[in-house]
Amino acid sequence: MAGIAFPEPSQAILARKREIVAALKALIPADAVIEDARELVPYETDAFTAYRRVPLAVVLPRSTDEVSRVLKYCHEAGVPVVPRGAGTSLAGGAIPLEDAVVVGVARMDRLIDVDFANRTARVEAGMTNLAISDAVGPKGFFYAPDPSSQLACTIGGNIANNSGGAHCLKYGVTTNNILGLTLVLDDGEVVEIGGDAIDAPGYDFLGLLCGSEGQMGIITEAVVRILPKPEGARPVLFGFATSEDAGACVADVIGAGIVPVAMEFMDKPAIEICENFAHAGYPMDAGALLIVEVEGSNAEMASMLARIIEIARAHKVQTIKESQSAMEAAAIWKGRKSAFGATGRVADYICMDGTVPLGKLSHVLKETDRIVESYGLRVANVFHAGDGNMHPLVLYDVNDPDERVKAEAAGMDILKLCVESGGCLTGEHGVGIEKRDLMHHQYRPEELAQQKRIRAAFDRAERFNPSKVFPLEARS
Amino acid sequence: MTGLVAERTTVPASEAEAVDLIREHAARAMPLRILGGGTRKAGRASGPATLLSTAGLSGITLFEPAEMVLSAKAGTPMAEIEAALDAKGQMLPFEPMDHRRLLGTGGEPTIGGVAAGNICGPRRFKAGGARDSLIGLRFINGAGEVIRSGGRVMKNVTGLDLVKLQAGACGTLGLLSEVTFKLLPTPETSASLVIEGLGDEAAVALLCKAAGSPFEMTGAAHLPAGAGSATARTVLRVEGFADQVTYRLERLAALCESPALRLDARDSLALWRDIRDGVVLDAAPGDAVWRVSIAPNRAPKLAARLRGARRFTHIYDWCGGLMLLATPEEGDAGAEVLRAAVAAEGGGHATLLRGSEALRARIDVFQPLTPGLERLTRAVKASIDPKGLFNPGLMYPGL
Repeated sequence: MAGIAFPEPSQAILARKREIVAALKALIPADAVIEDARELVPYETDAFTAYRRVPLAVVLPRSTDEVSRVLKYCHEAGVPVVPRGAGTSLAGGAIPLEDAVVVGVARMDRLIDVDFANRTARVEAGMTNLAISDAVGPKGFFYAPDPSSQLACTIGGNIANNSGGAHCLKYGVTTNNILGLTLVLDDGEVVEIGGDAIDAPGYDFLGLLCGSEGQMGIITEAVVRILPKPEGARPVLFGFATSEDAGACVADVIGAGIVPVAMEFMDKPAIEICENFAHAGYPMDAGALLIVEVEGSNAEMASMLARIIEIARAHKVQTIKESQSAMEAAAIWKGRKSAFGATGRVADYICMDGTVPLGKLSHVLKETDRIVESYGLRVANVFHAGDGNMHPLVLYDVNDPDERVKAEAAGMDILKLCVESGGCLTGEHGVGIEKRDLMHHQYRPEELAQQKRIRAAFDRAERFNPSKVFPLEARS
Repeated sequence: MTGLVAERTTVPASEAEAVDLIREHAARAMPLRILGGGTRKAGRASGPATLLSTAGLSGITLFEPAEMVLSAKAGTPMAEIEAALDAKGQMLPFEPMDHRRLLGTGGEPTIGGVAAGNICGPRRFKAGGARDSLIGLRFINGAGEVIRSGGRVMKNVTGLDLVKLQAGACGTLGLLSEVTFKLLPTPETSASLVIEGLGDEAAVALLCKAAGSPFEMTGAAHLPAGAGSATARTVLRVEGFADQVTYRLERLAALCESPALRLDARDSLALWRDIRDGVVLDAAPGDAVWRVSIAPNRAPKLAARLRGARRFTHIYDWCGGLMLLATPEEGDAGAEVLRAAVAAEGGGHATLLRGSEALRARIDVFQPLTPGLERLTRAVKASIDPKGLFNPGLMYPGL
């Protein structure tokens, strides 16, 4: 396939593999260094599995100090570093390079401290997203951002990608839920950014680091906000005849001053795929479906839902399904949350995640259908309707090289459409390698150059996660 | 103010004119001081520079109530923004402070100043600050290039987040020309509970407990005796639809375990405006005012630590996470004692919010940075403004 280019690995570095591995083993316990070709295979890709590169070595440090020693060595030895959380990136952000050392934080998975009075927790970067919520759950708290991969993905990876989730309409994304970071810089220097106060002094490096895709340093610890769980949460399912009706309903709910905790959209192909898999009771006759979730006491939820239902009726809603029990609520969410997995059972797919202004949703949906059809492929749409973050799943057959090329081309066309509609290339998955070469559709050369200079203020030799995010041709 | 009289004030009428002006200054390595509404005497006193007023960059450029998003040129007065939002029942979520009454200044606050200063208010601990609602901007860097970051959509991780970087950089990283904020519906109503007579420690413990409850408190302040009333007041606010407000207030009152007065919407709004603007702080006219950020439940300990060392009055907002502290200007206005106490209480930071020009020339207005952060700060500044054109020395000496 045509595919995404990788830079040629440095033969000089490859030739020094033995020396580099020996040096790493002298710095940190030998069991934290992986060099054997077979043992390296699990690290050759992330969730963007179409591309693979076996790294020079993988190190799995157990402390900030060990990370610091490894980075200092790599800095002095001129070896590129690819940071890795759980390897769940959908954009290839954690795919290694053959001449790079992968520094994984998976073994740094401890909860260091919880401060319930101040509603913060200090965690190591390898702790999984869901493990934080599980740890503070018994006391009635949770960590808010909830990417679909939350069972596996690490908080370090969440920060590097500024991960979102279904509930960010109310709770925001990662950058809104982090108070402090421990960052190890290119030369091994350890810097504390922010802390447990509500705001941090000086430039907002917390905000800059969130979404920096592992190109400015390695995050080893974080102070996260934990929030009290709501008294209750109730999803309601609305079936509409058309996507336009569903889209207009979303706009009117927000226009009425109601901000539900989540508003999820699925089109007809997505409804069919998810219902066949999850048997969630989705209306098979609907052209589009919304899952709207509200939170609060029973009375509050009832009152809020009454308002939303009234608006939905004005948009000719065909089916309204209120969950009457926790089991029914779970079933409603199960269909949505298993959308990617269920789609994977019927076809291979690539998932785009451009964001568009809400007013352009109908237009972008129609155009998406047209684009995908023009390549002779099918598309299923699920997305976060409240914030315009699209997730078209372009279906194809991975064993047909021709289809794969077409699917990738369709995906790129969809993303260009998102940018032209006033949106952006990626709402929550990150640029990685996948969208790297589309960056010039969103940014002018001087804007990319400015971003690169800021990155170089942290990573002076551009040795962290090279060949990601910025187009290869824009490299100095 | 003789220094200022000699300075030239320029008022570019468009972003393109501002670009030309910045390129001219870059060519001659001449510094610029950016002037928004002039309602804050922010930062360190610094040397002569051309004053660049954003008054000519004014006007709302996009307002989509159904998408809860607004863009405006940087010099747009906040009053104009608020009027437009009011008409559609929406608001900026972060409740920006109006500094005029506390600082005794005139002028009109601008949206660009709010963004550059990361100005926020009582809802900060719940709804985030300006930085959390700022989703896009355009700025002009030290080379006179227009740089866009973010956009008008709620979720965007395309490239580095320079939007957050600019929020709170106080115009030292370029001239903001246009900013885009996400909005929230204005709550239908609001109300507050007031508990009288609590000591600092008990009050902050109560506020932290309430913030850990599911009842969505959006204001949490403690006003010690003397701050607007002879009796100490602990104030809890809720906002929402009328039935929600009634319910949540009842539940919070039950949680308080002390008798609580209820303020209806009108009185609640008035009190929170005074808390937001710092005017409930019992500050003598010549006092310096500090803004201290610290983990909420360590704030009363910080006050206790300072008590023997310095004469001061104070209030707590954000459950204790924000303290405003008034103290006489004499000496360093308590900078050293205060910052040492903050460090001893586990960290945080103190910024001088109000002080004479003389005071602002002799002390660190912003919290001094650790060596690691200082290196990064200088490197980031150089990557955007290599010649040091924008607001030199405003945040840190030599930067």
